[in-house]
Amino acid sequence: MRRQEFWAGIRATFPLLVGTTPFGLIFGALAVNSGLSASAAAAMSAFVFAGSSQFIAAKLFGSDASLWIIVLTTLVVNLRHSLYSATLAPHMKHLPQRWLVPLGFWLTDESFLVVDKRYRSDDRSPFKHWFFLGSATAMYANWQLWTWVGILAGQRLPNPASWGLDFALVVTFIGMLVPDLRSRPFAASALSAALTALLLAGLPNRLGLMVATLTGVATGMLVEKRLQPPKELR
Amino acid sequence: MTFQELLLVCGMAAVTFLVRWPVLTLVSRIPLPPIVLDGMKFIPSAVLAAILAPAMFLPDGTLDLHPTNAYWVAGLASALINWYSRNLLTTIVAGMAFFLIWRWLW
Repeated sequence: MRRQEFWAGIRATFPLLVGTTPFGLIFGALAVNSGLSASAAAAMSAFVFAGSSQFIAAKLFGSDASLWIIVLTTLVVNLRHSLYSATLAPHMKHLPQRWLVPLGFWLTDESFLVVDKRYRSDDRSPFKHWFFLGSATAMYANWQLWTWVGILAGQRLPNPASWGLDFALVVTFIGMLVPDLRSRPFAASALSAALTALLLAGLPNRLGLMVATLTGVATGMLVEKRLQPPKELR
Repeated sequence: MTFQELLLVCGMAAVTFLVRWPVLTLVSRIPLPPIVLDGMKFIPSAVLAAILAPAMFLPDGTLDLHPTNAYWVAGLASALINWYSRNLLTTIVAGMAFFLIWRWLW
């Protein structure tokens, strides 16, 4: 059972690896092109393990921003992970710290999305954290591998941002969002989050992302309440 | 790795861990009200939409609705591909191909 969950986690994450692979590659290349040493870029992937904040940090480092600013920006950009933690936590109450510490460290957008779906599925498997572990292992190993490839490639090829590979992450996220849009409350939630994010895109440190997410959640709840009197819980 | 880079990696690792793990631990000890638990199911799609909209429509920080902006054209195409194929891997491969071809055409 444990092994099955672990492999199911890897399998469910596989399509997302296709989308994050180019992202890791560009991060490695961008990091060495913006003046980070190869070892610092690799250490960032190994110990921070948060793609979009690593990207921004590499860019800021290249523009000589102070360490404080970079660390603070990292904090704000990654704040959404606390929402993910809060969402998953009720399912993980029974787990000891030897599970919570590593799984907390390995939480990413991608693993959150597949693991949340797994926890919401109806069967009462007691080993869903093994699914999380499988998903996290796949994401982590893949991220390290492609960071290194990117570092090596970036030392030879300039201007990695212009390769167009950044669309890979966009298309991956589209593929994960669209199935939800068949439900009206979810579609309303996504639409309001998207509009809010566009309106607030000028805010520093991607704060607009947090506000837009919360707006989307509120809209989804309101529309759901309007559509159906409170009987069904998903 | 310079000392400055070491500080940078440690600082980033610390703040990132501190937005992920404490909430995971605390919320599992403190029960949340049902209305919060119910609303949480909207978080994945809301976050995705909030990340995607600026990435598609503001690729350089300003609103760009021209067909030369491959991000939104290929994004829309990818959404349609997913709606009809209902397959994530098909969407990623076909959407990425559409994006690269569209960018090359313009």
